[in-house]
Amino acid sequence: MSQARRSVSRSLAAHAVLLLYTVIALFPVFVVVINSFKSRRAIFADPLAVPTAGTFDLIGYRTVLAQGDFLLYFQNSLIVTVASLFFVLLFGAMAAFALSEYRFRGNMLMGLYLALGIMIPIRLGTVAILQLMVASGLVNTLTALVLVYTAQGLPLAVFILSEFMRGVSDDLKNAGRIDGLSEYTIFFRLVLPLVRPAMATVAVFTMIPIWNDLWFPLILAPSEATKTITLGSQVFIGQFVTNWNAVLAALSLAILPVLVLYLIFSRQLIRGITAGAVK
Amino acid sequence: MARRKPFRWHIAVFLAPAVLVYTAIMIVPLFGTLNLSLFNAAEQGRVFVGLRNFATLFGDPRWSASFWNALGNNAWFFLVHMLVQNPVGVALAALLSSPRLRGAAFYRTAIFIPTILSFVIVGFVWKLILSPIWGIAPGMLDAVGLKSLFAPWLGREGTALTTLALISVWQFVGIPMMLIYAALLTIPDEVIEAAEMDGVTGWSQFWKIKLPLILPSIGIISVLTFVGNFNAFDLIYVTQGALAGPNFSTDILGTFLYRTFFGFQLQIGDPHMGATIATAMFAIILLGVCFYLFAIQRRLRRYQF
Repeated sequence: MSQARRSVSRSLAAHAVLLLYTVIALFPVFVVVINSFKSRRAIFADPLAVPTAGTFDLIGYRTVLAQGDFLLYFQNSLIVTVASLFFVLLFGAMAAFALSEYRFRGNMLMGLYLALGIMIPIRLGTVAILQLMVASGLVNTLTALVLVYTAQGLPLAVFILSEFMRGVSDDLKNAGRIDGLSEYTIFFRLVLPLVRPAMATVAVFTMIPIWNDLWFPLILAPSEATKTITLGSQVFIGQFVTNWNAVLAALSLAILPVLVLYLIFSRQLIRGITAGAVK
Repeated sequence: MARRKPFRWHIAVFLAPAVLVYTAIMIVPLFGTLNLSLFNAAEQGRVFVGLRNFATLFGDPRWSASFWNALGNNAWFFLVHMLVQNPVGVALAALLSSPRLRGAAFYRTAIFIPTILSFVIVGFVWKLILSPIWGIAPGMLDAVGLKSLFAPWLGREGTALTTLALISVWQFVGIPMMLIYAALLTIPDEVIEAAEMDGVTGWSQFWKIKLPLILPSIGIISVLTFVGNFNAFDLIYVTQGALAGPNFSTDILGTFLYRTFFGFQLQIGDPHMGATIATAMFAIILLGVCFYLFAIQRRLRRYQF
């Protein structure tokens, strides 16, 4: 009896703390989104009120979509993120398969070499990366960004995926070999579909930093035609700092895509962490 | 003839793309940068100067003042994360993993959301909230009768860095929370049941049973925090600009590297000094990682199942 009551009060306390922290975590996002739908006067008069019929106004969104090259930036970000993600997943899975499936000389060493990049940030090589891109004429192209992000994403992808691929049953692969399938078919037809959940985890971990990165777009591709949405909204905020409607609308638009993707993948994410990264 | 083992081409094919891209874009430039720090620009191209750039960085009063200022700020930035972000993350994970808690998935998702936002959004939102002009923070403090506590925290030399560190903590607390939560889930039920049999429940169960078991994860989180913090740049850049104001009080190694390498306003970009700073950062990060691997990880091993 007393034990039961104690556990009820304990769970209430847990809920109270978690709810409080949830409010802290979401409050700034909430403030931006509600104010992006308000008229200029309402933003200043009562920043914490939700928009009502009297204060609702889409002027900010109209300004952003009309003035900024927001759609172009959006497209650039999308191309860079999707292309990098594709290469990270494909090359990462291939390398992970080689490392986890075959025993060959230098296997361990190759694994360590590829894992090095998890701890050493690629940013430290920026000076030489810029020289390399200048020399190969790739500055101010989206290709430069895709190459950099692919290299940046590979170490973690190989690490997590090889962890998962060790779990794929050997019997299945050997059955395939007896049936005369080539190693490539075994990889693409048998193993890849089985590690799809792990691929989703890697995708989330890879995608978020790429979508949000400011450093490499700033240094490698700052031209108007290649700006990503992160760099674009940074510049936009600088230019339109007095137009609060537009800035708040721009921020809300920039939050939206990652938020949607995260909500889709969040279940995969925790499963992936539980099974792979922390052992 | 020696046809014992034919060369297995498929292994090379599987490995080649990843190894080539990774080597060409990451490893070679990394060493290229380290190499560049040993040269200096001169009229006839570049000349080898050995360690003289480092002597300038640490010895020349103008350079060394900036460097030590950035390093000190960076250390404080890291310390705030270790003292606030990781304990809060562990506490949240411990609450989340309590048995039969309803809505755990909701809390987990909500608390992780700031982590997925870009620095541009995070920096600007907090600037707005803390701004004395718009006045959300002063208004809210006023509502609880604490308005006298308000100050333009981001604009004062004494408080700007700590405020930024706390904003960064707010953003990234989801990472330790997720990793620790995952680690807590992997603790076998038998261990918990045995503890309950012995009457170890509640907080003492956390301190005596669970915490020692998740220490390896805390170690990994600490080293990730270390690498992330000593490589940070974006948040300071978007809130305080490349000059890391007020009066360089929020300058950290990342912004110092950017200004030096790229140039800003009165300063002309210098790839060689930039490479020198990057090399110093590389050394600091490498030291931290090695310290973790040799001093901490080895001692933690025995707690693992």
